[in-house]
Amino acid sequence: MGVMVDRPREQSPLVSGRNFMRTNHIAYFAAILVTLIAAVPCRAEADLKLPREKVTLVAPPFVHPHEQATKAGPKIIEFTMTVVEKPIVIDEAGTTIPGFTFNGSIPGPLMVVHEGDYVELTLVNPATSTMMHSIDFHAATGALGGGALTQVNPGEQVVLRWKATRAGVFVYHCAPGGSMTPLHVLAGMSGAVMVLPRDGLRDAGGKLLHYDRAYYIGESDFYVPRGDDGKFQSFTEASDYFPKTLELMRKLIPTHVVFEGKVGALTGKNALQAKVGETVLIIHSQANRDSRPHLIGGHGDYVWETGKFHNPPEQGLETWFIRGGSAGAALYTFRQPGIYAYLSHNLIEAVELGAVAHFKVEGKWNDDLMKQVSPPGPIPPDGISQAKAH
Amino acid sequence: MLTLKLKRFTKTGVFTFSLVVASTSLVASSSAQLQTVEAIDIVPHAFAYRMAGDFSQAGRPVDAPLVAVTRTSVLHIMKQQVTAAEYDRCVAEARCMARSPPEGFAPNLPAIQVSWRDATAYATWLSSKTGETWRLPTDEEWVFAAGSRFHDDALSVAASRDPSVRWLARYEKESEQEALDQRPRPPGAFGANEYGLLDLSGNVWEWTNTCFIRQSLDTKGKPAGASTANCGVRVVEGEHRTYVTDFVRDARGTGCAVGKPPSNLGFRLVREGNGFATMASVFRRLMPNN
Repeated sequence: MGVMVDRPREQSPLVSGRNFMRTNHIAYFAAILVTLIAAVPCRAEADLKLPREKVTLVAPPFVHPHEQATKAGPKIIEFTMTVVEKPIVIDEAGTTIPGFTFNGSIPGPLMVVHEGDYVELTLVNPATSTMMHSIDFHAATGALGGGALTQVNPGEQVVLRWKATRAGVFVYHCAPGGSMTPLHVLAGMSGAVMVLPRDGLRDAGGKLLHYDRAYYIGESDFYVPRGDDGKFQSFTEASDYFPKTLELMRKLIPTHVVFEGKVGALTGKNALQAKVGETVLIIHSQANRDSRPHLIGGHGDYVWETGKFHNPPEQGLETWFIRGGSAGAALYTFRQPGIYAYLSHNLIEAVELGAVAHFKVEGKWNDDLMKQVSPPGPIPPDGISQAKAH
Repeated sequence: MLTLKLKRFTKTGVFTFSLVVASTSLVASSSAQLQTVEAIDIVPHAFAYRMAGDFSQAGRPVDAPLVAVTRTSVLHIMKQQVTAAEYDRCVAEARCMARSPPEGFAPNLPAIQVSWRDATAYATWLSSKTGETWRLPTDEEWVFAAGSRFHDDALSVAASRDPSVRWLARYEKESEQEALDQRPRPPGAFGANEYGLLDLSGNVWEWTNTCFIRQSLDTKGKPAGASTANCGVRVVEGEHRTYVTDFVRDARGTGCAVGKPPSNLGFRLVREGNGFATMASVFRRLMPNN
C-alpha cells in the first residue's frame, strides 16, 4: 500500500483524531479501501482454511447460545448485523429520538466467540438508511478497530474478519468519524463482543467458573433538548436532532442514562430473571461514559472490572466501575429470593435519569443470611435501657 | 342531577343502594368573579373498605383488613380534580405555593405537581373564600367515592416468614398494569364513575388526609397492640394505592426496587356537611379477609 507514502504530510489518523473527519481523510480511507479491494480480489474463504460456524444474534439483554469452554480448535464465526435507523422512545413520557442501531436494538447484540477464533461480520446498511455507518471493534487489531474498513453507504454491505487475540468483553461502536462518531454512538450504535478463554473463565487460583445465565446490559447516555415549555422535545430526523443534541453533549450533562436504550427497559415485565442458586454473568458496557454498577442486596462474586479475562477477577465487590468506552463482567450466585435492583450507583443517574434494571429472583429465603428479628413497631418504653444492657 | 344505583360487591355479598346528587358551591375569587365548585353528594350506604397501611400478623406482613363500613352521612366531594386555573387563583393571592414546571400547566388541566401541603393550603384558602369547610378526603372517603374505580391492592398470598413472597407478588401485580401516558389530560378524559365523579384512577393520583400506619393484627385479623402512625407520609390513591411523603410534588422517580410510583400528584376536596358528617356517623366491622 503506497497510500502513506503518497501523503507524507498528513498525520496518521491514529495519532490525530481531531483531523480524522476532515474530507481529505475520508478520501484517504476510501483510498485504503480501494487499494485493499484491488490487492485482494479473491473471496475471504480462499485464504483461511478453518471450520466455519454461523451464529444468529439475539437482542439484548439475552445472549446467543454458546459454549463457555471449548475443546474445539479455532473457527471462523460468522455474524450478520443490519443497520436499522428508526425513531426510538427513550422514556415513559414518550420522548423520541432518531435512533441508529445495530440490528434494531440498543445496545447492539452481544457476539460471543473464543480466544483465537475469527469474527467475520457482514455489516449491511440498507438502501433505506440516510447515513453512512461503520463498526469499530475494541477487541480487533488494526484499521481503527475495523472502522476504517467498514464504512458502508446506504445500499452497501461489507464483510470484515478479525482475529480475537484477547480474551474479555469489549465494546464495539459505529465510528463514521468526527462529531458523527459520538452522535452515532449516542443515537444507539454500540454493543459488545465477549471473547472467552478457550478453557473458560477462571478465578485467581485457576478454578473454573461457570454461569447458568448471561445477561448483557448496555448503558447509554442521551442528551435531549427541552422546548420552551420545559418538556423534552421529540425528533424523528437526525438532521434536526444532531445539531441540537451536539450542543448539549458538549456540556457533558446527560438528560437520560439508561439500560437497553430506554428508561424501564429492564424492569417490570422485562425484569431480568434468575433463581436462588443460579450463577449469572452480567456483562455491562458503556461506550461513552463512566458507570458504577451495583447490585442492591447482592454483590459481585467475581468481577472483571476492566472486562479482560486474563486478569484475575476481583472477589466480593460491592460496586464496580465501568470506564467509558469499555465493558466489564460480573459473576454472581443469587442466594436470596426477591427483587434486586441492578443500577448505576450514582443514584441520581439511576433514580432520576433511568439507569436501573431489576432482577426477579425466585427461591427459598435463607434466614441465616438475613432475618428480620423484630418487625418494625413502636419503640418499647425500656428500649434504651435494653440496648444499654446489651 | 339525580341518579339511582344498585351495586353488588361480588366478593363480599354486600348490596349497596346509593343516591347521587350533584350540587354546586360558589367561590368569590380575588377578581370578584364567581368560580363554581362542582361537587357531588353521595348518599350514605355500606361499602367494603380495604384499610391503608402496613399490617402484620405474628410478625409476618399480610393484606390489610377488609372492613364493612356503613356511612350514615352524605359525602360532599368535588366532581373533578382541582384544575390548574383553580389552584393558580390561590397562588395569585399568595395563599398557595406556585407549582414548578415543566409539565401540565395549561389552565384546564388538573393541578399536578402538588404536594399534600399544597393541597392542604388550597383547602384552607377555598374554605376562607366560601365560608365552608373544605379538606382533603380521608382514604376511606376516597375509596367510598371511587366505588368501582378503587383498585384493591390485596395480594391474597399466604402469610410467610419469607419476606420475598409478598415482595415478588406485588412486583408481579404492578408489572401487569399497563404503562399509562403520563401527560395530564383535561377533566373527563378518563370518564366518570357510577356516582358521576370524573377521572378517578386515571393518570393523576390524588392525595388523601390519611396518615401511613403500621399495625399488627390478632389471629382473627383485628387490629391488636400498638400501632405507629407516620403523618409525614400520606395515603395517595389512584391506579394503585401508594404512600408519599407530604412535601413531595413529583413522585415519579423510578425508585430502586420499591414498587411503582404514581404518574402525577393532584387532588380533589370534600366539604364538611352541616355538622353531622363526623367520624361518629360511620360504622365499621371487620370482614373476612379474602
